[in-house]
Amino acid sequence: MLSVVVFLPLAVCTALLLLPSRALSDRACGRVWIATATADLALVIALWASFDSRGGLQYQQRVRWIPSAGVGYHVGVDGLSLPLVALSCLLFLAVAVFSLRERRRVRSYVCLFLFLQTVSLGLFVALDLILFFVFFDLSIVGMFFVIAGWGHGERARAAALKFFLYTFIGSLALLLGFIGLYLAADPHTFDIVDLTRADPLAGRGLYAGLVLLAIGVGLAVKTPTVPFHTWLPPAHTDAPAAGSAILAGVLLKMGTYGFVRIAMPLLPGSWRRYALAIVVVGAVSVVYGALVALAQTDFKRMIAYTSVNHMGYIILAVGAAGTLAGSDAQTRSLAVTGAVTQMVSHGLITGALFLLTGVLYDRGRTYAIDAYSGLAAHTPRFAAVTAVAAFASLGIPGFSGFIAEFQIFTGSLASQTVATAIAVTGILITAALFLRALRGMFLGVPRLPRTIATRGIADLKGSEAMSTVALLAVALVIGVAPRWLLDVIEPAGHTVIGLVAR
Amino acid sequence: MNQNLTALIPELSLAGAAVIGLLAGSWLPRRRQWLIAALAAVACAAGLVATAVTMATDREQTVFFGQFAVDVATDAGRLIVLGALLLVIAMSVETVRGHKRETEYWVLLLLTGAGTLALIGANDLLMLFAAYLLASIPAYALAAFAKDARGTEAALKYYLMGALLGTTMLAGAALLYGAGHTTVYRALRTALPAAPYGLVAVGLVAVLVGLLFKAGAVPAHFWVPDVTDGAPTPVAAYVTTLPKTGALIAGYRLLHQALPASGVNWPLLLAILAAATMTLGNLAAFFQTSVKRLLAYSTISQVGYLLMALAVATRSDLAQKSLLFYLAAYAATNLGAFAVVTELPHARTLDDYRGLSRRRPALAAVLLVCLLGLVGTPPTGVFLGKLEIFSAAIDGGYTWLAALAVANTVASLFYYLRWLAPLFTPTAPAPADTQTVLGRWAAATAYASAAVSLALGIAGGAVLPFATGSLLP
Repeated sequence: MLSVVVFLPLAVCTALLLLPSRALSDRACGRVWIATATADLALVIALWASFDSRGGLQYQQRVRWIPSAGVGYHVGVDGLSLPLVALSCLLFLAVAVFSLRERRRVRSYVCLFLFLQTVSLGLFVALDLILFFVFFDLSIVGMFFVIAGWGHGERARAAALKFFLYTFIGSLALLLGFIGLYLAADPHTFDIVDLTRADPLAGRGLYAGLVLLAIGVGLAVKTPTVPFHTWLPPAHTDAPAAGSAILAGVLLKMGTYGFVRIAMPLLPGSWRRYALAIVVVGAVSVVYGALVALAQTDFKRMIAYTSVNHMGYIILAVGAAGTLAGSDAQTRSLAVTGAVTQMVSHGLITGALFLLTGVLYDRGRTYAIDAYSGLAAHTPRFAAVTAVAAFASLGIPGFSGFIAEFQIFTGSLASQTVATAIAVTGILITAALFLRALRGMFLGVPRLPRTIATRGIADLKGSEAMSTVALLAVALVIGVAPRWLLDVIEPAGHTVIGLVAR
Repeated sequence: MNQNLTALIPELSLAGAAVIGLLAGSWLPRRRQWLIAALAAVACAAGLVATAVTMATDREQTVFFGQFAVDVATDAGRLIVLGALLLVIAMSVETVRGHKRETEYWVLLLLTGAGTLALIGANDLLMLFAAYLLASIPAYALAAFAKDARGTEAALKYYLMGALLGTTMLAGAALLYGAGHTTVYRALRTALPAAPYGLVAVGLVAVLVGLLFKAGAVPAHFWVPDVTDGAPTPVAAYVTTLPKTGALIAGYRLLHQALPASGVNWPLLLAILAAATMTLGNLAAFFQTSVKRLLAYSTISQVGYLLMALAVATRSDLAQKSLLFYLAAYAATNLGAFAVVTELPHARTLDDYRGLSRRRPALAAVLLVCLLGLVGTPPTGVFLGKLEIFSAAIDGGYTWLAALAVANTVASLFYYLRWLAPLFTPTAPAPADTQTVLGRWAAATAYASAAVSLALGIAGGAVLPFATGSLLP
């Protein structure tokens, strides 16, 4: 069942590629994509409906793949991965609807995104380190072609190359760490469940520390955290809106998900030992990301930096979850729950924001904040949706961001008081930068970039409104009535805490 | 004494086909010379069948006073070499069709293939040297097959280096014989630990130099770019794939069987050579604009990764299967890339590939699979090979080497992407006449190679067991 969810988009992608190019118009390709994404989302909802939140890993499937290398095809979901699987399906559907207006090489575009959807879903359900790595690496390949092929001109190719090289270094560091785990286990295996049970690096001191360093760096590049974030702003700025939404909404989660799925349960001893370092990286990412975002004049780049800030909260929380002194299991589990909720929340809200920047660029051909003024008068719907997304992103109560950040701070405060106190200022700074951008672009005397034709600027179209409003609506539902989500995440968070405290 | 000739069917069938081909080719009219190609393919297929029978019936043995071993490594090596030879034959069809020396081409290919097979099984220093000569000399002639200035220069360079290092290798064999009073690996294994250290060390280095020349590794790599660039493309595909397979398996056998207990610290030597080879190959490939030169340097860096397995030959149980699997995956992937270059004879520089994905989507897809495969992107075979080799290196205590290999892999991505990115660039494609295709055979080879490369990664579980087992003394 899980494999069907994962490989359905890939199957459709293959079918699209094999059909002769005249058999399918661009419009039909778009429809096929939407149908596939809808079907996949429906399947995940069905999975969710019959998911037992206290049942641990479910829908497991384990097939021998390369037994002599210790590699297996092992998939399954628990409370950590199911929300991210659902988030990915939802985001890909939103992007499919949003991309109805795409006109450039539509079939390749659709195929790439279908491929990326399989890769993303596969990563979140993978329970084997090599399977995880395969999807991790392929996500880089897929996104490289999205940015290089549909980004903004020659600059996009440079940004894509930087993105590929940078995240590829990360993925190979990750591979070294995985090999370290593999060689330490007896019998040698890459299976995450077996490795979790065996805890092969318990009491291995420096070796375990080096393995954590390799895995940590690999995941930190993908997340990204300071100081490994420099690939993110150019990649986002020059990517097409749909690519940015997927990059921020799904691909960044691969890094943070790796922390809760691999780094914490498989290396509990070293995680506890180096928790402080992780917390410091998290707090620095929060404040640095926010401050640099504040200094941006480019709307999309600004949102890219707020991603660094938002991912920082997650790193802070998972670091605090490794600090046993001064906290009990319940607060630590609150931190992990908050971290996973933040992944979902950031995916929804930042995904919507990036799609909205796509609308902005489509109309004005620039992201510069000071090129626009008084947009609310011309485009009331666009202004309203963007304002809602911005407020949701800065963590206003009523949206998912607040639920997530509240849990993170409550869970981290007891054990890492100073770092948490510093991180809270991040919220203040993001509030300032969003308000500044909103005021500059939407309020004041109406003024548009010269590139826009005299007939003015068009407001949100149906497909654009539908995709962004749907994402924000889910964020709102989580913000108002979060129990259905937290009921799934909390038991899994508790399990992780139990594994880390071993 | 075991003189079982049936153990040598693959070698004999190639050599026999070469002799028959030479004789028959002298009488055949030029338009029928393709029959020799068919004969060569049949010889390869017969060798493959014989190898499969050997593997299925477990007929491992050493023959002729233990000078030639037919074991796991030989079987796997034969499959790789014969399979790769079939691909090379298929991709050469259009290049030599109707050529006045067509028969000679096929005969030389068969002879050097037989030499490569002999390298793989060589279990004795003299056998090793004889195989070296048999594998090398026809290859010199092949490099100059086109008889143009560049080809002649390449062949001369290839020949001079090969002759020099071959002599060095023979001298090394003599020194080892002096140290151990025997040339058979099995006996050297017990004799060398008691022999003078300096003699063994110098002898080993001298023998290794010859093998490094065949493999195209530092410091004997200078011929690789010139021969790859100057020789006809199918020949370039041959010299960057098959001799490497032969030399690396021969080197592995030599180190693993003859020198495990000698006092010489050859693991460190090979680790340093591996590090130097992969780094130099990558750095030199960075700003190449000619696709053949870029591929040439890429093959040098690939040898660097492969040498890691030799460095840990006796230190990790993973070394052998990682080496054999990587060789298989590398052969398929590298031949796929060269098959595309053969298929597009007028596209010589990276710029000539601009916009290929719109004109020839299938060839662009093959390049995508093969070049990303050479980087080691999953799910291609080379990824699994790299995974195994890195594991072996870390397991053997060379974590720094694995880390360096990772850094090199990232660096290599840069130049592979310099080639890949223009393929998918929609704007300003190269003129259509630079992307005219050669014919069906080369294209089919490209598709088959890419498919094998992918299949080795996805179905690696079915293939890896064939590389597992112990060598015969």
